[in-house]
Amino acid sequence: MSDKHKKDDHDYETTGHSWDGIEEYNKPLPKWWLMIFYACIVWGVGYTIAYPAWPGVRTATAGLLGWSTRGNVEQAIQDHEAELAPINERLASAELTEIAGDPELNTYAQNAGAAVFRTWCAQCHGSGAAGAKGYPNLLDDDWLWGGTIEDIHYTVTAGIRNEDTDEEYIRQSAMPAFGRDDLLSGEEIDQVVNFVMTLSGEEPQDASLVEAGAEVYDINCASCHAEDGTGDRTQGAPNLTDAIWLYGGDYETLHETVYNARYGIMPPMGGADLSEAEIRAVATYVHGLGGGE
Amino acid sequence: MADTHQPAPSLYEAREPIFPRRVSGKFRNLKWWLMAVMLGIYYVTPWIRWDRGPELPDQAVLLDLANRRFFFFFIEIWPHEFYFVAGLLVMAGLGLFLFTSALGRVWCGYACPQTVWTDLFILVERWIEGDRNARLRLHRQKKWDIRKIRLRITKWVAWFLIALATGGAWIFYFTDAPTLLLNLVTGNAHPVAYTTMLVLTATTFAFGGFAREQICIYACPWPRIQAAMMDEDTLTVGYRDWRGEPRGKHRKGAGAENLGDCIDCHACVNVCPMGIDIRDGQQLACITCALCIDACDDVMEKIGKPRGLIDYLALSDETRERAGEAPRAVWKHVFRPRVILYTALWSLVGVGLVVALVLRPDVEMTVAPVRNPTFVVLSDGSIRNTYDVRLRNKHGEERPFALSIADNDRLAITLEGEDDLIVDVPANETYLQRVYVTAPAGTDAAQAERTEFELRLEDTTTGHSATKDTVFNGRDN
Repeated sequence: MSDKHKKDDHDYETTGHSWDGIEEYNKPLPKWWLMIFYACIVWGVGYTIAYPAWPGVRTATAGLLGWSTRGNVEQAIQDHEAELAPINERLASAELTEIAGDPELNTYAQNAGAAVFRTWCAQCHGSGAAGAKGYPNLLDDDWLWGGTIEDIHYTVTAGIRNEDTDEEYIRQSAMPAFGRDDLLSGEEIDQVVNFVMTLSGEEPQDASLVEAGAEVYDINCASCHAEDGTGDRTQGAPNLTDAIWLYGGDYETLHETVYNARYGIMPPMGGADLSEAEIRAVATYVHGLGGGE
Repeated sequence: MADTHQPAPSLYEAREPIFPRRVSGKFRNLKWWLMAVMLGIYYVTPWIRWDRGPELPDQAVLLDLANRRFFFFFIEIWPHEFYFVAGLLVMAGLGLFLFTSALGRVWCGYACPQTVWTDLFILVERWIEGDRNARLRLHRQKKWDIRKIRLRITKWVAWFLIALATGGAWIFYFTDAPTLLLNLVTGNAHPVAYTTMLVLTATTFAFGGFAREQICIYACPWPRIQAAMMDEDTLTVGYRDWRGEPRGKHRKGAGAENLGDCIDCHACVNVCPMGIDIRDGQQLACITCALCIDACDDVMEKIGKPRGLIDYLALSDETRERAGEAPRAVWKHVFRPRVILYTALWSLVGVGLVVALVLRPDVEMTVAPVRNPTFVVLSDGSIRNTYDVRLRNKHGEERPFALSIADNDRLAITLEGEDDLIVDVPANETYLQRVYVTAPAGTDAAQAERTEFELRLEDTTTGHSATKDTVFNGRDN
């Protein structure tokens, strides 16, 4: 007991200290408590030997166990990759069209694809995939080169207007710079821009030029953008009749487009950058953003 | 005044072993029963089965930390319902306040695991080494002969088995008990299971076998806190010193008539698991286990004196009793504002939890409008918004949930990856579904900045439904 009670004289033991006549009762702590304190000190010293502890000028002591946070992270990444290897393999070898119907594969591809997207795609297409001027919005239902899972997979793998690739490559096209290269006169460009504005139901800047513009369109533009203006996905020629404009649908922007042409490129992600499983994951993710066909 | 020439006294002291004597009586019987019930609950609970459907665990009480679920018979707690656990903890706290203000350290004396397991360990010790005097003799015997070694080893093995069962039972609460037992025995269980078991076995063995009262006196904060919750009306174990003093042996012709009822037989001290003398008055080390009451009553009966020299007493009765009056009735001590307040608060939280449990919706969803971007223009000029809708299926099997817009027929709803408006939500899961809401070009919703609407979810199996108000962002946004 902490209260050492001397029964005979009802006097309490004191620590022997006296300050201005004030004394302190001796309430001894248990010995095991002291022993645990010493044991903690020993443990603490051992700990600093076993683990990185003492700071030096450039680095700290490494510790006998060779433990490090960096090593932990590397191990964790390795473990994680080893854990995901089977499903990545399954994803890389599955039929593209069957991924969405396989709940496990789809959930994995959606989540892994979201991570790939934020790392490799978000710089141009935006973190929410809404795109920007010249960078397509991947959320809508308008696709320049096609919106099926196979189309998206091919686009991600091979890129757009990739100039360093083999002959089988099919995402290659170029719009002529009608003004800069003197293919059309300034007047003709003015006419065709006014006509194109009417294709999507916009008010033309000068309605009197529309009729003449239609003729210019038939001769110069219809071969790629189709006679009715609905475009051609095999050449990446945009649909000019819908409400969606990659660069803008106002007179000035359209004029600039016809005069200088557009040549949007996307780097190929296949090969060195992304693995097949990663490409399939990001394709599945993009396909599932709402516009997939 | 202290003599500076004397050597300073030691500031540390070794533990003096305590050898409580066997005692019988009403409190001892009560404690046996309580021990049996509480240990029974602890060891048996993980083995009770409860059918929840094919996809859910069938363990009645399960803290499934890996999947963040807490199962308690018919109740299943999800992480967002953790307030139930918080509520239970508040109730446990208020319950302790309530019992302490009414009955002192009744928790310490009867229900604290430290007390219950120490009691069990002392019981085993008594079975193997004999009662107080035999144990004292064995302790004082310096020579480790065959008998002492045999008794000590038997005792330690018995303690260890109890400790192992205690540490083992704990981990069964966190995963399927039969599977884990099989894995434990075959050596296939997770290292965490073995480590937890090892730590709890070691602490049970050390705390129940050796540390015992040291935990209560030095390690536990509760004795200090409890002192603040007791008052002079609290019923707690005490000694009627006005009746017992002056204490002394009642010898014939030795002036026994001048002595009090206490014959200084030390029965109360000998049975005390804390090794204290209750006659010194209330003290921090007393856990109010009431064994001294049984011991003293037994002695009083033998010498033909009234029982209750040591008894449950309230301090406020002292002057009354000294004056020879009867103490006030127990209910007058118990029913006082503090106790009533604690009871009211405790019941309030309890009723609140039960009401929350009953009103807890069967079908739940959360709706998070995607704001990056706030809307998408489609090729026909219509405006589409996307929502991340999380659907909760708390049932043990997959359920088809139907989504619809309740109050705006110009807004069209479609689901990502689904041809219709039915989502099959897997059992016991929160399922993330992308929901698209489209306003055709030129409609009010497509033009306006925001349009409020209500998303409705229906469990097609039960017909239960839930609704959530959310917002549609138009071109003006």
